[in-house]
Formats: sequence, structure tokens, C-alpha cells
Amino acid sequence: MKGVFAHKFWVIVWPYIWMLVFFALPFGFILKISLAESMIAMPPYSDIWSWSDGRLTWLGSLDNYRFLLEDDLYYLAYFNSLRLAAVSTVLCLFIAYPMAYGISRMEEPYRSLFLLLVILPSWTSFLIRIYAWIGLLKTNGLVNHFFMSVGLVDEPLTMLHSDFAIYLGIVYGYLPFMILPIYANLMKLDHSLIEAGYDLGARPWKVFLTIILPLSMSGVVAGCFLVFIPAVGEFIIPELLGGPDTLMIGKVLWQEFFVNRDWPVASAIAVVMLTFLIVPIYFYRRLEMKQLGVGE
Amino acid sequence: MKISRYLLLAGLVFLYFPLLVLVIYSFNESRLVTIWTEFSVKWYLELLEDRQLMDAFFLSLQIACSTAFMSVLLGTIAAYVLVKFGRFPGQTLFSSMIIAPLVMPEVITGLSLLLLFVGLGNWLGWPASRGAMTIWIAHVTFSVAFVTIVITSRLREMDSSLEEAAMDLGATPLKVFLVITLPLISPALISGWLLAFTLSLDDLVIASFVSGPGSSTLPMVIYSSVRLGVSPKINALATIFVGLILVGSFVFWWSMQRWTRYSAAKTSGQQ
Repeated sequence: MKGVFAHKFWVIVWPYIWMLVFFALPFGFILKISLAESMIAMPPYSDIWSWSDGRLTWLGSLDNYRFLLEDDLYYLAYFNSLRLAAVSTVLCLFIAYPMAYGISRMEEPYRSLFLLLVILPSWTSFLIRIYAWIGLLKTNGLVNHFFMSVGLVDEPLTMLHSDFAIYLGIVYGYLPFMILPIYANLMKLDHSLIEAGYDLGARPWKVFLTIILPLSMSGVVAGCFLVFIPAVGEFIIPELLGGPDTLMIGKVLWQEFFVNRDWPVASAIAVVMLTFLIVPIYFYRRLEMKQLGVGE
Repeated sequence: MKISRYLLLAGLVFLYFPLLVLVIYSFNESRLVTIWTEFSVKWYLELLEDRQLMDAFFLSLQIACSTAFMSVLLGTIAAYVLVKFGRFPGQTLFSSMIIAPLVMPEVITGLSLLLLFVGLGNWLGWPASRGAMTIWIAHVTFSVAFVTIVITSRLREMDSSLEEAAMDLGATPLKVFLVITLPLISPALISGWLLAFTLSLDDLVIASFVSGPGSSTLPMVIYSSVRLGVSPKINALATIFVGLILVGSFVFWWSMQRWTRYSAAKTSGQQ
């Protein structure tokens, strides 16, 4: 038996060590540097402890976190990110559900063809897909041209650099991530339950609300996590489609790091963002493991 | 419900309309992307002459290929461990580290990996500098999650009686894995490879954090040009991207259809 365990150990160890070093360990570094002070040096942060005369002295401080609390900017950015991500997630769900349902009711080979059509755009560059909206939404862009030529509006609408553009960008960019888990769940649905509902005289909407929707709920929840969690920290969408006053925390972190070159404050922003997201990530992991049928 | 079919079509129009506009205007003579003047392919020719863009493209291609190979290797092992090994010490941490990168915001992954590389560089002297190598490590780390999910679901669906039969006939676990399991999950290995490849080719945020001077990937070059506004050259590049992906996926879909029909015919013939 010991031999079998030794075999298993030598299999597990490779992905385990990789993820431990390159995924788990970095969080230790981010936590450490969030307690340090910004410095003009390379690397641009101070030590959080020093070793002299055989004594370890603690030099770290919570100053960066205090700084985040004192400035309205960060508080607003966190709040805005959560709000924009939450609203977009709901919008995404309302668009994705009927699409997933429509695909799941098709016959092969059309089902896999339409599934492919939904996934395809997400294989092309995310950056380019978001960029495509700039030309459409600009003040002198295509959508405004169209609206004015049909006489819908007299002067161009401001659509780019607004919250509207961010909602649109998140829904557009993340739509496949919502469709796929819902579709996977709808495919597992037992159709005899739906027929039983109809046989007992339920109307289509009643069948949908009392049978189909509850049975596909875990797909809905998984899809919502898959959109909401990354959308909170999104950088490309607020950068390209948002206005200069659109605060999202991913963009603020980027600017702290690349523009202000303040690594400790950027780290503190990341640590706070992570504490917001740790609970949804935990639940998402549990759901995903259950969906995969991997026992724990 | 018929209405879901119309909504599906409307949703597909929403997904493809911006890409279609991008493609159309890449053939526009004018620099302005809103006014159509006349058909031209001059932006494609300019694309080929852009050395910086071509260098970045080849660097991205190299990183994407090597990322895909490493992710499939680690992802196959991780999926096999999750499905076949049952409980082992540290399993919860293992599954968390495999799943969490799927949803982790990119700015967090990017910043934390950069701090790791800088910290290790100061402490151990490795990595001495940042570039293609550190980008590769970062890309493998988040791609493994996606590859593992794809392979895990294939391993779960797979009929394990063949593996058991081989085991009963005295094959070693390694031989069973190489001769029985691996061929059976090969479609998942291919999709996993392609997924990791596209994820790596697409990444801007993480690569921006962990790259060094002189190692700009294609998305980084595109981003620096896109920030300055809409340019027809980027439209031309996007068109090539979209075209390759479209053709590639339809070939893949078509051959999968052929393959399913072929194997269905073969099994029914055997009975």
C-alpha cells in the first residue's frame, strides 16, 4: 500500500508545486509588500523587517491601508466596480438564458454549430472585441450616424466614455461565460419532468418558472460568478470604453502601479479587492467541484 | 418556446455585428473608420511592414505554443489526480489552486506574480530578468485551470471499464494510462491545447505586469496603438485574427462531426 501511495505522490507533486509556487506564494508577496513603504529604488519598496545585532525588527505598517480609507477615490472605485459588475451580471443573465435555452432545444448537428457560434467570438482577441465598440459608440461613430440618418435623434448621443458603455462592454465580453454553464445545465435536464408538467395542464410560463428554472439554477449561479468576479477587477473595459471619471478598481490599481509607480499602495488595493472576492471565489469553487463531480 | 429561438438569433447578431463592422472597415481606403470611401487593401500591406508588430506577433506565437504544451501536461496530471485518486492530504488546497485562477481578476494575478518574480530575483537571483520566460510561467499558471476543467469533464464521461480490463490483464498503471486513457481523452487534450493557446495569445493585463524591457507581446503592441484611438491597421489585424479563428473552428467542427459519424458507424458495424 505504501508503494501505491509513493507512486501517487510523485504524480501529484508536479502540478501541486507549480501552483503552490506560482499561484499561492505570490499572495504572500503581495501581502508583504502592502505593508511596506514606497521608495525610490529598485525594487521600489522598503523592507518590512530588518536583521541586525541578532535581533529581528518589525518595520512594516498599515499606512497604505489607512491611506486607502482616507481617500474617497478608492472607496468610490470599490463601490463603483461592485455596482457596475453586479448590474452587468444581471443584464448578462437576462440575455444569456434565452440563448442557452434556444441552443439546448435544437437538434444535432445544429446544436453544436450554434454552440460553436456563441463560443467563437471569445476565441478572438478580447482587446479587439472591446476596441470594436469604440468605432461604433463614438460621437461621430456608426451608431450615431445611423440614428441621425433615420431621424431618431437630432444631435449625436454621448455613448462612449459612460457607464452605459461599460455595461455594454462587460455584457458583450462576458456573454459566452454566462451562456456555457447554463447550457451545460439545461442539457442535463430530464425532459419527462417538463412533459409531466404540461400533461398536468401547466402553462408554458408556469413550466418554465417552476420546473426548468429551478433545475438549471446551479448553472445560473456558476455563470453569475464567472461574470461577476472577473468583472469587478476588469481593466480593459473601463480603460477603453469608460470615461476619465469612471472609477473602477482594476483601472485604479493599474494606474497606481504603472503611472504612480507606487507598488505598496497597488498591493494594498489588491489585498482589499481580494478580501471582497474571497467569499464568492470560495462558493464558486465548491459549485465547480460539484459540477465536475469531483468528490471531496 | 419559439421566442427563445428569436432571442438566440438576436443575441448572435449582437455578438457578431461589431466584428463585422471591424472587418468591413479594414478594407476602407480612408483613415476615418466611419466614412466609407473605396475598397483598398493598403492597411494589410502596412501591417506586414510594421516590424514592431511582426516581432511582437512572433514572440506571442512562441509563448502561446509553449504555454499550451506545458498547460496540457500539467492540466492532464491535475485532472487525473482529481478524478482518479480519491482523497489525499492537502486536496482542498489543491483543488482551490486549480479552480481559483478561472475567476481571479487579471490585475491581481499579474501584480502578485510580478512581486514574486522581483522578490525571488532579489533573494535567489532567479529570475534574473523578466521577459518571455516570466510571461510563459504566468500564462501556464492561469491556463492550467481551464485545461484541467476540460480534461476533467472528459475523464468523468469516459468509460473506465477498458482501464479496469487492462489492469486485470496485468498492465502497470503507467502503461494503462499511456495505452488506454491517453488515446481516449485525446480530443480533450486537443481542445485544451487550443484553449490554452488562445488564452495566452489574448492576454494583455498579466503580460504587461510580468514582461520586461524589449519583450512586448502582440496584445501589448495593439493596446499601445488602440489607446491613441481607432486605426484601420488594427482593423486589418483583427480581420486576420477573426478569419483564422473562423476557418479553424469550422474545420474543427466539421472534422468532429465526421469523426462522430465515423465512430458511430464503426461501433454499430461491430455489433
